Amino acid sequence: MKRRDFLAGTAILVLSTMNSRATVISGGLPWTPNAGSPPVPVRPGPWHYFTSDEGHAVEALADRIIPPDPQTPGGKDSGCAVFIDRQLAGPYGRSDGLYTRPPFMPGTKQQGAQSAKGPAASYRDALAALDKYCQSKHQGKRFPELSDQEKDDLLKGLEDEKVKLEGVDGKAFFAQVIKDVQQGFFADPLYGGNRDMVAWKMIGYPGARYNYLDWVDRHNERFPLPPVSIMGRTDWSPKT
Amino acid sequence: MSRKLPKKDVVIVGLGWTGSIMANELTDEGLDVIAIERGPWRDTPTEFPPNYAQDELRYRIRHELFLRPEQTTFTFRNKMDQTALPIRDWGSFMPPNGVGGGGVHWNAETFRFLPSDFVLKTHLTERYGASFLPQDMTIQDWGVTYDDLEQHYDAFEYLTGTCGTAGNLSGQIQEGGNPFEGPRSRPYPNPPQKQPFSHTLFAKAARDLGYKPFPQPSGNMSQAYTNPLGLHLGPCTYCGFCEWFGCGNYSKSSPQTTILPFLIRKSNFSLRDNSEVIRIDLDRSGKHATGVTFVDTGGVEWEQPADLVILSAYAIFNVHLLLHSKIGSPYDPAANTGVVGRNFTHQTISSVNGFFDNKKFNFNPFISSGSIGMCIDEFNGDNFDHGPHGFVGGGYMGQVQTNGRPIQSTLVPPGTPKWGAAWKSAVRDNYLSTVKPGTGVHGSFYSYRDVYLDLDPTYKDRFGRPLVRLTIDFHDNELKQNVFLTDKFAEIIRAMGAHTVDKQYRKGPYDSTDYQTTHLNGGAIMGTDPSTSAINRYLQSWDVPNLFVMGASAFPQNPGYNPTGTVAALAYWSAAAIRKQYLKNPAPLIHA
Amino acid sequence: MHRARKPLILICAVAVWLSGPGFSGAANPDAQAFDQIEKGHYLATVADCYACHTVPNVGKPFAGGRAIETPFGVITSSNITPDADTGIGAWTDEQFENAVRKGLHPDGSRLYPAMPFPAYTKMSRDDVLAIRAYLATVEPVHQPVNSNTLPFPFNIRAAMRAWDALYFTEGEFQPDSHQSPTWNRGAYLVQGPGHCTSCHTPKSLLGGDKTSDNLRGFNLQGWFAPDITGDTNQGLGRWSEADITGYLKTGHNRLTAAIGPMTEEILNSTSQYSDSDLNAIAIYLKSLPARQDATTAQAASPVMTVGQAIYRDQCSACHGIDGHGVAMLFPSLAQSSLVHASDPTTAIRLVLRGGRSVATTAEPTAPGMPSFGWQLNDDQVAAVLTYVRNAWQTAAAPVSAETVGRARDQLRTRSD
Repeated sequence: MKRRDFLAGTAILVLSTMNSRATVISGGLPWTPNAGSPPVPVRPGPWHYFTSDEGHAVEALADRIIPPDPQTPGGKDSGCAVFIDRQLAGPYGRSDGLYTRPPFMPGTKQQGAQSAKGPAASYRDALAALDKYCQSKHQGKRFPELSDQEKDDLLKGLEDEKVKLEGVDGKAFFAQVIKDVQQGFFADPLYGGNRDMVAWKMIGYPGARYNYLDWVDRHNERFPLPPVSIMGRTDWSPKT
Repeated sequence: MSRKLPKKDVVIVGLGWTGSIMANELTDEGLDVIAIERGPWRDTPTEFPPNYAQDELRYRIRHELFLRPEQTTFTFRNKMDQTALPIRDWGSFMPPNGVGGGGVHWNAETFRFLPSDFVLKTHLTERYGASFLPQDMTIQDWGVTYDDLEQHYDAFEYLTGTCGTAGNLSGQIQEGGNPFEGPRSRPYPNPPQKQPFSHTLFAKAARDLGYKPFPQPSGNMSQAYTNPLGLHLGPCTYCGFCEWFGCGNYSKSSPQTTILPFLIRKSNFSLRDNSEVIRIDLDRSGKHATGVTFVDTGGVEWEQPADLVILSAYAIFNVHLLLHSKIGSPYDPAANTGVVGRNFTHQTISSVNGFFDNKKFNFNPFISSGSIGMCIDEFNGDNFDHGPHGFVGGGYMGQVQTNGRPIQSTLVPPGTPKWGAAWKSAVRDNYLSTVKPGTGVHGSFYSYRDVYLDLDPTYKDRFGRPLVRLTIDFHDNELKQNVFLTDKFAEIIRAMGAHTVDKQYRKGPYDSTDYQTTHLNGGAIMGTDPSTSAINRYLQSWDVPNLFVMGASAFPQNPGYNPTGTVAALAYWSAAAIRKQYLKNPAPLIHA
Repeated sequence: MHRARKPLILICAVAVWLSGPGFSGAANPDAQAFDQIEKGHYLATVADCYACHTVPNVGKPFAGGRAIETPFGVITSSNITPDADTGIGAWTDEQFENAVRKGLHPDGSRLYPAMPFPAYTKMSRDDVLAIRAYLATVEPVHQPVNSNTLPFPFNIRAAMRAWDALYFTEGEFQPDSHQSPTWNRGAYLVQGPGHCTSCHTPKSLLGGDKTSDNLRGFNLQGWFAPDITGDTNQGLGRWSEADITGYLKTGHNRLTAAIGPMTEEILNSTSQYSDSDLNAIAIYLKSLPARQDATTAQAASPVMTVGQAIYRDQCSACHGIDGHGVAMLFPSLAQSSLVHASDPTTAIRLVLRGGRSVATTAEPTAPGMPSFGWQLNDDQVAAVLTYVRNAWQTAAAPVSAETVGRARDQLRTRSD
């Protein structure tokens, strides 16, 4: 038979094994409609992972790591705690895809994290320890109920290792929270943080754009277009 | 018990750059070729379209396109007297997975090595004397020369539409190019990319200091391009989501944009995805490969018989498979015997960040590409006299900032708190006026007796096989080299007009959590002597003549450039030897 | 084992002149008359018998069994291999010609116009018999096919008698003596074996050609086959003859890329036409007058503003900030007849689901468009399409969110 050119979609044959995603591809580039894996935006609503107290504590942490100011909301109002909650409820929180086989042994700093605990479990344990610490040192108050100064002092203490949390590495925990809060602040709003792209507006980052060909040669000029998320911007809907 | 598949002429393990090049070459020879790829099929409009590829969290922070450590990882230690522990999440490098391999998410920086790089041992010994080299440095000559490879570098550059300015055309030094490069037979196929503001500022400062800056050779297209296979690439649109990401608009050279659409239409080519080769099968003599055994995602084992095996699985996975297939004698660092695992290297990367007055400088860092940049090569290789400095090697340096993706681009001047109101306002004030070159100093990493790969005694993969163990640390030579280079780089950053210059030296010990490019090399090196190399100058295994091993695993040491151009040139060189010599007479091409 | 491609073009140099209208050749070809067979092979390629009469990828050539989507339901193509039992091996030449040119089955029943006999009727008897001679040489396949798969009431073949009376005019192509032989050849190919009217001519409710609107576009299989007359915005007015021949031969030209059912037509058929035949078709199509454009409604300003924002943020990545795309890679929206078509079905479909253009030997890239259906709601799709249809000195009716919504619903059940 004369070998015909075939439209790509007809050229995929599937291996005849059960439970296998392996395919044999020949003849043309595969194509099926709506293929690929577009992101699923975070929807506002109740916490997916945090308890109510944990959520409040992380919101309070977020607001000290990124305090609100007249120009730009802080970590809480920009949704950083929502971001972390959804991340911990998902594959990141579970350490999906990481190598989690034993034995677990402590190593050097250069050998990286060797804990069996994933981020979700780490947060739970650390937030409990933080809660316990606050209540014992601040007459029963939880972290969100402390004054801003008290919060900052406590956090600086974690950084300097002058404040010790029971059973957890407080310094490592705070470093983790800083990282997660700041990532949530600057990530695409579809992940729950950076609400209304406030962080991107703050720094002048135009977002998920793809074509700057008309701007490469315009040196030292402010780029005028507003930021856009993967899920769009308000200008994608008519002004009412 | 494996299910046996119909025999093919050639089986290719891994369909990245070298796998795609070899498949295209060998199908042109009329051979029946099958490629087996561990990861999934990937293509532009589905896996990295320009409506969701530009997601920093997903693709850079959570590195979704890369291999999951759960599928395969390594153990790591700095020194031989330590216990290696698993790399549970990637850090200092990030291995690829899937059709296209690293070619999907690379920067597309397309350099050639220097002529002296290929004869490094001879060259340095002649110039500085044997005692100038550290005693435990195990550098070697490659067995090929730059001249052997020139036409193959050219072939890759024209396949991929590399954009640049030639510095040396047949011996004539050209204005605007790299004056130190080896002679090239013809210009680049495309003009260099346009450079954004901070990159042109760097070039001016470098020029004023007496250097000869040149545009980084880029595999991101400066204009629409049609390659020799008839495939079209579009112009790069400077989106700033290049390395770590797939390109959404066909403007980054990759197997997907430069080879696969042409290759897949050949009736003598097919590929299996989501199929992991776990072993190269040998006959009873142990000197002849009969094919490979692979496992699909359902856990079923298959045998693919073939007359010729091309191992193109990426440097460290090549070594992994050789060790598990018992091909070649494993390296023993104590006895200094064996070859598989010796001369493992990485790269010596550092940078200098510059902070500028935000009322005078607006860099729009988000307008960029993966291989944008203005570089100087005065301190690479042996381009300068090392005598006074007490180290060998070097690297190119440049303002090669590729992006302004915010999660990773919120630099603040040294001393700024890491959180709080001061942090927030510093980020606000500095984002648009910071120069963050990234791999600003791209230094060499030469080979040492105690930097190597072998099999871990404790940790296993999901098939119960030992993981590959990395024993790697920086040596004084590289650290000294880096101080020298970083200081030079900082001078240029300051001359650009930065009010604050923040030097980020590369310090030891080698840290597996701190990203330093994925230029892992060596472990199955090429050479002229079977007692110190695993493959001959044609990349043919000394032990199993119908096995050829592609990739940077062939590098006896790592020069101060990105490896892909040379990896591809070696593949073309090997393919030519297979087509012209080996196929006519399947046998060892070199008699040692 | 891989047979080399037959050098079709060389053989066709002879076949072209043999198959011109008005030439009367031998009445009864035999299996050794290989010039007749080669001519028939070429004409079968032009008429693209293979596409409908073969199940894609897995079917034996011409053995039928392919499910063909029509506005009235799914019909199954018949076995036209020389098998005596289940194919056409036992048919006489008369019976074969009656089927192809008159829509009559040997058993007396009538064929549905999914078999494009209203177009094939224009073919000369010699050409039809040459095809028969070729088909007689293909591998006979014993495969019974039930072609009666249309749902009630369309399965009543007798009703075709009335349909034929309304819509079918039997008769060979009559050359226009005022036109050149090349023009006439092009007209013959387009109207006859090429059967372009089958997809590109609007149809009445009962599926008959609206001949007054010949080749002005038709919606079928969830795609809109565009206007291929000389209309500037919606048709081939901006295309040169080289654009037309390049498109038919390779699937791509500087303005656009083939997508949807046309990709199959190009792969199986037009990419193998002789250069002179392609040239003739181009000359003929370029001669077709543009319609008198009705004044199109002005696109409302707020919609254009929204559309522009979406376009700049998203579509410009490939189609360029100025809408001109990249030649041979990303179609030029500014100049695309498909984008400006009165029926925006194809444009809507591409935005919602994405698509892959065709790979031919001359043009192997086959770039793909991603799907935006998950990202843009109906209002947004309508806005961005209205924008691209009106932004760059071109004009077309706005697209409404309701139209997009209906298309989205219909597409949900499709697998292609």
